[in-house]
Amino acid sequence: MTMNSTGRPTAPTSVSAAAIETVSGSRGLLQHEDLLFEIGTPETTGVDLPKPKGLKSRLGGVARKVDTGLPGLSEPQAVRHYMRLSQKNYAIDLGLFPLGSCTMKHNPRLNEKMARLPGFGDIHPLQPQATVQGALELIDELATWLKTLTNMPAVAMSPKAGAHGELCGLLAIRQALIARGDGETRKRMLVPESAHGTNPATAAQCGFIVDEIKANKRGRVDMADLKAKLEKSEDVAGIMLTNPNTCGLFETDIREIADLIHKAGGYFYCDGANFNAIVGRVRPGDLGVDAMHINLHKTFSTPHGGGGPGSGPTVLSEALAPFAPVPFVVKDEDGIFRLVEQVDGEASESFGRMVAFHGQMGMFVRALAYMLSHGADGLKQAAEDAVLNANYIQARLKHVMSPAFDGYCMHEALFSDAFTADGIETIDIAKALIDEGYHPMTMYFPLVVHGAMLIEPTETESKAELDRFCDALESIARRAAQGDDTLKGAPYLAPAKRLDETRAARKPVLKWAAPDASKVAAE
Amino acid sequence: MRYLPLTPEDRASMLATIGAKSVDDFYTDVPEAARLKGKVPGLPDHQGELAVERHLTRLAAKNRSASSGPFFVGAGAYKHHVPATVDMIIQRSEFLTTYTPYQPEIAQGTLQTLFEFQTQVAALTAMDVANASMYDGSTACAEAAVMAARVTRRKKVILSGGLHPHYAAATRLLCEAQGLEVVQLPVAIDGEGELAKAVDGETACVIGQSPNVFGTVTDLSGVADAAHGKGALLVSVFTEAVSLGMVTPPGEMGADIAAGEGQSIGNGLNFGGPYVGLFSVRDKLVRQMPGRLCGETVDADGNRGFVLTLSTREQHIRRDKATSNICTNSGLCALAFTSHMTLLGGKGLKQLAELNHEAAVELADALTSVKGVELLTPRFFNEFAIRTPMDAEAVLAMLDEAGIVGGVRASRLFPGDHLGDVILIAATECTTADDIAAYADALKEII
Amino acid sequence: MTTYYTKDHEWIRVEGDTGTVGITAYAAGQLGDVVYVELPESGAKIAKGDGFAVVESVKAASDVYAPISGSVVEANTGLADAPEKVNEAAEGDAWFVRIKIADPGELDGLMDEAAYTAYCEGL
Repeated sequence: MTMNSTGRPTAPTSVSAAAIETVSGSRGLLQHEDLLFEIGTPETTGVDLPKPKGLKSRLGGVARKVDTGLPGLSEPQAVRHYMRLSQKNYAIDLGLFPLGSCTMKHNPRLNEKMARLPGFGDIHPLQPQATVQGALELIDELATWLKTLTNMPAVAMSPKAGAHGELCGLLAIRQALIARGDGETRKRMLVPESAHGTNPATAAQCGFIVDEIKANKRGRVDMADLKAKLEKSEDVAGIMLTNPNTCGLFETDIREIADLIHKAGGYFYCDGANFNAIVGRVRPGDLGVDAMHINLHKTFSTPHGGGGPGSGPTVLSEALAPFAPVPFVVKDEDGIFRLVEQVDGEASESFGRMVAFHGQMGMFVRALAYMLSHGADGLKQAAEDAVLNANYIQARLKHVMSPAFDGYCMHEALFSDAFTADGIETIDIAKALIDEGYHPMTMYFPLVVHGAMLIEPTETESKAELDRFCDALESIARRAAQGDDTLKGAPYLAPAKRLDETRAARKPVLKWAAPDASKVAAE
Repeated sequence: MRYLPLTPEDRASMLATIGAKSVDDFYTDVPEAARLKGKVPGLPDHQGELAVERHLTRLAAKNRSASSGPFFVGAGAYKHHVPATVDMIIQRSEFLTTYTPYQPEIAQGTLQTLFEFQTQVAALTAMDVANASMYDGSTACAEAAVMAARVTRRKKVILSGGLHPHYAAATRLLCEAQGLEVVQLPVAIDGEGELAKAVDGETACVIGQSPNVFGTVTDLSGVADAAHGKGALLVSVFTEAVSLGMVTPPGEMGADIAAGEGQSIGNGLNFGGPYVGLFSVRDKLVRQMPGRLCGETVDADGNRGFVLTLSTREQHIRRDKATSNICTNSGLCALAFTSHMTLLGGKGLKQLAELNHEAAVELADALTSVKGVELLTPRFFNEFAIRTPMDAEAVLAMLDEAGIVGGVRASRLFPGDHLGDVILIAATECTTADDIAAYADALKEII
Repeated sequence: MTTYYTKDHEWIRVEGDTGTVGITAYAAGQLGDVVYVELPESGAKIAKGDGFAVVESVKAASDVYAPISGSVVEANTGLADAPEKVNEAAEGDAWFVRIKIADPGELDGLMDEAAYTAYCEGL
């Protein structure tokens, strides 16, 4: 036989990773990365620009005195900076992201491709309308889908996000009340205590006074409390109700609630954050809704982007439609699309303008691409799969965790912390999920359930993924029930350990500052 | 249905585990009358990727993109070059498909970029603290106004005659909903200084813009002094972030709040959105600020890390007492902004600003060499207003026939203000010498 | 010198016509780590039952209600830089304001220490 003189041992020996210290601060594929301000210099730039000619300035002396001093990076440095940082993020493209009420579903790449067509991505909001007929047609087509899916006669497209859509709906209600002479007297807005924080915040922003309604033992609106609040109804402006609600449940009495509020002279604002549970199966217009915002990033798959941009088109009933904000698109008889941009003429009753331009066009393209891909049949199937997945999780975990309410859920399963041993909290369970490779569920929301854990798998997950997730969470739940103290230190395997939020809030450091030279010298 | 992984067998087996007969069991809380039998009527069924692409490409083809010829439209949104790297970065799944960084242990990527963004915006505006962004410039302006009213406990907001009218409208709407009084000064090309005279002891804030909607740059220091003398705040607005590379920034003029549009750096035109609102303040106003803030801290091992902080200002905790109902920032657009800014660096931004200014100077000279054309903007950065001897709409229509998108007619933004012969025109680094010559030649033909 | 307590977990220590007001140790414990305290300015008039201050932890913000009407003589401005004192000495150094009491009769409905302790045990 011939011996290979460069042969080497290939059998691995086992050493605990925790014992390995590295000089670079990196851990294998997980690269250490300092702040931009520590690695760049103000003289560095990653772009090649022509040299200015040195023309005489026409600023008239209104010139910047102190340079920004901001550092730049060359292109390869910049690419690595952001690539390395990206590796410290969890993402839906990486795995199940069960953040309840946030709806982390798959973001199709077709959407991205379409939004980047020059005919959508590279057009100016104020260029002549004759040169953007396709864009206006797209807005009109998306509006038609939204109106048809909700069975509502009108939709305001300009709101920039869900909370902005809430503002749109409430401003329409405010304007309708003013138009009928009730603007000064009807100031009370009923909001269930389980509502998302944006609801009371929006009501307050519009000058309404928030009046909380209790939840009943089934996690729905307490009808007795509602009726009591409506006994004296001359000051009632309306109700803001999320449906399906923040407990992941359909409001059983929604028709009666709508009728009661209308009889009381108020309007029904429905928070459409959870429309994804019912789209294609139930049309909010059939439930007596007067206004509802739709988060395109939840129901229609536009990316969350690490916290935005959102988009919150708001459908309106006949009663509120005249007060819709400008601008909006109309199609004239000759087939030409036209923007109505001013509060007069056909928009004379409009409550005004919410934003500079026409809304989140980039999100409109993505949402329409998704709707066209799914179609009426696919949207219905997606909603059903989302609800089926949530109920499957509830069924698999109800024996080890504590479901907050009896019965089936809609698109998200809600548990309380009743099953945990003393000393183990919801946050410990959430952080332990990170070590298992999952983003935690929504924790401590809704407020009406103690130690709430709100799990929303969405329709994106396969049965195999759901089973893997349930196995992991089941095991954590058992440890929590037994009072396993090691949960308190989780996560152990994430890019960072638990962060000190108290310190961040007590002595806020909100931007980078150059180290004080005198202090550095003294050390 | 390519986005749905469950198979019919999966669904059947899952229903069996749950103990339900069909998915209809989950919808029994829906009132009988509202239960649809079958699909929503009036909509098509699902389609393959190719069919969807064909349909949307057809719509896109009906639009004239800003890159397809000489293009001079500004007035709140600007055609700039975005490096390919920026688009690559914002398409990284880890940034594109993640959520608000509520779980900081697995969101340090997003959080560190936000911290860097805040630092950059604070430096660019020469202010102490910036938030993690707002929806856009117009809503940032509106939030600044109501914040000023909160801080000063006063109810009057005064808007300059050079404030972008859409910003003015968005601000008026939010202020009036909260019972504030809004005073709009008459439309003026060079009237930001009038704010100094208008401020009184009841004023919460004055809102001035530089460069303003007509392109005029103004040192607002005198306005700041006048406002502070009366206990009011100065809100300094901008719509063109590239101007911060060479024009006096809000902080150097004594502004208390800076609010502006960041689209110009890293973000495409997108027919008006999504954009990214920039918002920065003096230190002492931090706790009255709307929007998200990212702050530095340490983790359990003592390593530096970042978290969302001071969130007790926000709606999810403060509910009806929150500083704003805002629940999102413009995360991905802020990432585009910060990554483009990182590529530019301070030096690159300054150079970019100079190129923009020089393009506008050359354009202004070329256009005013046409007999009958009058330059109305006395001091400008990269946009200005001209008066033509003809109706602006007719001029723009004829320019359009020559393949030139010549700007925005002022009457579209200010109907009824007798500006029918005024055109707002912008130039950027994308504007070539040929573009400028083509515009001047065409204008000569028309007039 | 007598200390009274409210059901909203404020305490008031009365000396002559001045009352020193803070939140109870029980409340501070429930809030968790206090990160910020917002106080009224000296001279501010406050009415019994009104929210006159805000105390914040990382995840919660709570209004602090006036146990009595009066005008603020002094605010404990040191808390701005050291909010952690509220956790360390809620019923001592971490007082919020001193109030010149308008109507001592308003003290009548408040609890004494024993009653308050019993009240907290029942929560």
